[in-house]
This record gives sequence, structure tokens and C-alpha cells, in this order.
Amino acid sequence: MIDIFETLRGSPGDQDYEKKGVIIQGITGAYGSIHAKNMISYGTNIVAGVTPGKGGQTFEGSVPIYDTMNEAVKATGAKISAVFVPAKFFLGAAREALEAGIKLLVAIPEHIPVRDTMEVINIAHKKGAVIIGPNTPGVMIPDIIKIGIMPPTPFKKGRIAVLSKSGTLLYEISDALSSADFGQAITIGIGGDPVNGTRLVDAFEMVRSIPELDGMVVVGEIGGDSEEILAQRIIDTKFEKPTVAYIAGRAAPKEKRMGHAGAIVMGTYGSAESKISMFNKANIPVAKRPTEVPVLLAAKMNNAAEKSSD
Amino acid sequence: MRLLEFQAKELFREYGIKLLNGRSSNGIEDGRRHAQEIGFPLVIKIQVPVGGRGKAGGVQPCHSADEFEIKYPQVMNLTIKGESARAVLLEEMAEIKKELYLSLFLNRSKRCYTIIASSEGGVEIESVKSQTIREVGMGQVSLDVALEVAAQIGLEDKTAEMFADTLVRLSKLTIEKEAELAEINPLAIMGDGTVTALDGKFVTDDNSSFRHKELEKYQEKSEIEERAEKSGFSLVELDGDIAVVGNGAGLVMSTFDMLSDNGGKPACFLDVGGGATTESVYEALTLISRIKGVQGILVNLYGGIVKTTVVAEAFLKAYETNLIDLPVYARLKGTESEKAKKMLQDSRTEIFDSVEDAINAAVMGGVKKEQ
Repeated sequence: MIDIFETLRGSPGDQDYEKKGVIIQGITGAYGSIHAKNMISYGTNIVAGVTPGKGGQTFEGSVPIYDTMNEAVKATGAKISAVFVPAKFFLGAAREALEAGIKLLVAIPEHIPVRDTMEVINIAHKKGAVIIGPNTPGVMIPDIIKIGIMPPTPFKKGRIAVLSKSGTLLYEISDALSSADFGQAITIGIGGDPVNGTRLVDAFEMVRSIPELDGMVVVGEIGGDSEEILAQRIIDTKFEKPTVAYIAGRAAPKEKRMGHAGAIVMGTYGSAESKISMFNKANIPVAKRPTEVPVLLAAKMNNAAEKSSD
Repeated sequence: MRLLEFQAKELFREYGIKLLNGRSSNGIEDGRRHAQEIGFPLVIKIQVPVGGRGKAGGVQPCHSADEFEIKYPQVMNLTIKGESARAVLLEEMAEIKKELYLSLFLNRSKRCYTIIASSEGGVEIESVKSQTIREVGMGQVSLDVALEVAAQIGLEDKTAEMFADTLVRLSKLTIEKEAELAEINPLAIMGDGTVTALDGKFVTDDNSSFRHKELEKYQEKSEIEERAEKSGFSLVELDGDIAVVGNGAGLVMSTFDMLSDNGGKPACFLDVGGGATTESVYEALTLISRIKGVQGILVNLYGGIVKTTVVAEAFLKAYETNLIDLPVYARLKGTESEKAKKMLQDSRTEIFDSVEDAINAAVMGGVKKEQ
């Protein structure tokens, strides 16, 4: 696994410390171009774009566009790409990126066939690369780098890691956290698909040992069992940083897909009850409303502070 | 997409999985003809896209033409978990020696296909203690692996071979159609020793439907759902009275949960998606206006890339054209929300600072109406 902080931020003294290069695949598309602009204005170092047939042009007058990922990576040395191509073309675009040497691929599109996602994950494993997404808002270290489609306003620099399957709930809950002065060390969008390049448990492994972490918030939803697996890993690793969870979809009917391809309860597989009871077992409180998250986190922090002063 | 039993069995037949003689129909005239062809005794099975048919009386043995006249309409007119019959399947009745369980599903956490097999079938697999679980990657199940699974659930000789053959065929079907789940429960060892699929469940990956035109004929969508899909929304119709609208599946689910916690009943789940425009939100309101029994609209928006003013504009347009005359309870936050609130302040939209307040008002509004 890659070191996510090293990849996104680097180390002091690096020439590209806090300005790691990012390539946008599909930079001239309607979606890709808007978000590329937004990322640039946030301060993300967009070093190149790729759109087949538009090589040689520039984006916004300064970002060079290449026909292929191979050329873009060779010219820039970037290790990160964000993919904004239509779902049908995702498999091809991701394969090209991984073969060109990309180590962190952020897969934004929704509606990617599961088989294509699995294939891309297989390639990534072989290449020692990490996929975040698909169907993710992206990943960000507030004030340093934003790779994805999230609006900047809900986020604030800080010491809490937020891992979320949902995009808008990530914004909503980060906003509530920021208002309560819980800034974020990193936020990772897992994505709303059934199969995720970075599962909740993988994201946890990426963040759990960083020194600048005071706590963690997990925003899950119905479907699959990644919350349960995460809760078990938290128990197994004796992770002690204050952690709070939120699970969306408690009231959703069974066997109906609730907006996200992955948000579906089949029998008892994927039910909110199962997730909540596993989090309870891991001694992680589960908020009933997004606004309750910072309240529960503050309570956890106080408990932890009392314990350590005993 | 979840296929009905008879549709799943059409695919099973195409892939050479052994089935009983059966025919599906949508009315008793066709049913009578099929019953004659199949012969009595037979089994009458309701076709609904949900489980639990047997317990609800949707699967009935039938021994004669007289009994058929009573039981066919009974089964046809059942409603199971809110779902009415899409069709009725008639199947020959045959002697069963033993019921097994077999499925292949997309294992989300392991990110591969997984076989579940058991020597106990005909009941929900969750309740079965002895299961054989085997991860099989992305590829087809080989005959060797299939035979190993057969041995693990205690099958021998000819039966083991026939079970393995069924598993290999089921895996080919699953992979070629990109299914999330293919389940045969029960898979039966018949009196004559053959291995036969008595039921079938098949769930496809909607995102791969562009590669599977051949499955299009199984797509069942209401006009409202079809229009929603065209506009890029996710819409789930339910039987409550408050329409829930928001941007982002997670946020809408969360609103849904809070509404239910407060005693409200959602009439629909509508996620306008990340690329919402004034036109698409107006279309969303049009669809809501067509859902029966809606008493109010609860709106929860967190404007990010989607500006809340874009949504406000759609509402104003909908009031102007008299598209909706329902009360609207809204919470708007994020991009341009102050401006959006001003735009809506003299309209029929009631604006709330928190979603909790909007939900309370929506639930109370519903109560007031009923009194």
C-alpha cells in the first residue's frame, strides 16, 4: 500500500512538498473542466490534462494537454491522476494511467460496471497502486490539496480523519465538524458503489498511524459489510483514537437501491442494524443525525482526556 | 435489476441448467391452456420481485382443473410485500428427493465472485448452519472446483457430477451477464436422480446494462422511474405521503431516516444528483406531482457544485406554472443559499435553518391536514 500522506503532500524538504502534481484525465469534458478549474483555484497543482485528440493544446492557458497518459506522466513525473471520463471509458482510461505509472488514481465517475472496477483494482494491485472510488467525491487534505469534486467551504484544516461513502454527507458532516472546531487532517471519499478501490478498512489503514490525528469519523450507509469489517479491524488493532460513526439508510426499504449502486439491503446483508451493532461492539457511538456527530465526538474526546489524566 | 423467477429460468434454460416443464402467463385463459399442456398435478407460482412468496401463499399445489379455477385467480390477485403479480408461473409437480442450495454472488468486500453451496436448501440461506463458501475470483468456475464444492456438501457419484455441471453453467451465465447474484434455492435432487433448479433469483448490475441489450426486455420501470432515469435522478417510489428530495444519495437517505424517526412517512426518495440544473429540478417536481398521495415536499439541499439558487429557480417556476400546489418545507445550505432563501421568501416554500426543523414542520403539516 502507498503512504497516502507521502503521496498527497510529500515531506518537508521535497521540491514538490505540499504541491504534488496531479493529472486530470478528461480535462476538456464538461465535468472535468469545471472541476479542474475548481481544483486549481483551491491550490492543487494540476500539472497536465489528458484528452485523446487534443494533445498540444493547453487548458486555461497554462496546463498542457496530452493525447495519452504515457506522454503526460513522462512529461510531468506525476504519480496522481483524477479520472473524469464517462463511465463507459473508465476501464480504458484507468488501465492507461496505471500502466503509465500512476500510483494514486481517484475515480470520480458514477455508473461504472462492477466488473470494470474489479479489473482496474486487479491491475492496481499488480502495479502497487491505489484506486480511490469509483463514484467518489475524492480525497483532500484541507488547505493543501483537493482532488475531486467537493466544494471547499465545508472543510477546515485540522486533526480529524473523515472516511465517507457518500459525497453530500461528507460535506454536511465535515461542515458540522468544522463549525464545532474539529478541522480535518484528511477526508477520503470511499464511494457509493458496491465495490470500492479503497474500502473503509483500507482507508483506515492509511490514516490510523499518522501522528497528526486526534480522532476519526466514519460515514457509512446501508449495503455490503465494509462498516462491519472496519469495526472488527478497529477492535483488532486496539485503535484508541476517539471515533464516531454515522450510518445512512436506517429507514430505507429492503431490496431497493437507494440512489447509490451499493446502497441496497439484501436479506440481512447490508442492513443498518448489523452495522450499528458492530460499531457498538467496537465501542464506537453511532450518531442518529449528521449534526450529532460533533457532539458525540466531543464527548468521546472528553472521555479520552479524563482517562489519560487518571 | 432483479429478474422474476420465470425470467431467471429463461436464462438458466439458455445456459443448459435443468428445469421442470413450466410456462408463465398473465391471465387465466393462457393459464388454462398451459395447465393442459403441463398436466396435473402442477404448482402455481406468483411472479413478484420480492422474496417470501411461499409464506404469503403465493406458491400453491394444484391437482385438478377445478382446483385450478379457484387457485389461479387467488394467486394472481395476491399482493406480497406491496408487490402485485407480474405474471403467474405454472410448473409440473415432480418428486423431490433432496433440496440443496447454490448461489454465486459478487462478494463486495473480497471484490470477487463467491460460491455458496449447502446440503440444506429451500430455506433462507442465512438460517442454514452448514455452508460451503468458496471465493472464485473473476473467472469462470472450473469443473475441478465445482466437483470439490459438490464433495464438500456431501454429494457423490452421478449427483456430484450433475451438481458440478450446474455450477459451471451458472458461473458462465453469471459472468457473461455480469450478475451481482445468481441463486438457485432450492436446487433439487429429483426422484429420478437428476439435479434441477426449482427456483431462480438473478440480479444484474444496472451499470453494465449498456453491454447487455439482450436483458433490456426484462427491464420493468414505471413511467415516472423511466423519466427520472433519463434526467439522471435516482427515484424510489414508496407509499407514504411526504416526498423527500435532496442532492446526493447519502443526504437523501439521511433525511429519510430523520423523517421516519419523527413519525413521517416518505412518499418517495429523490436524489437530483450532482449535475442538477433548473430544468432537471423542475422535471423532478413534475414527477413528484404525479406520485399519488403526496401531501408535502421535504427538500434538503447541501449546495456544493449544485447552486441552491438553481434549485430555488426551479421551485419558483413550478409555482408560477401551478405545477405544484403542495406545501414545501425546505432547508438550503451551501453555495448561494442566502440568495436562494431570499428568492423563495415570498413563495409557498417554508424555509428552515435546520433540516430537523423542516422535518418537524413537514410531519406537523401532515397531521394538520388529517384532522
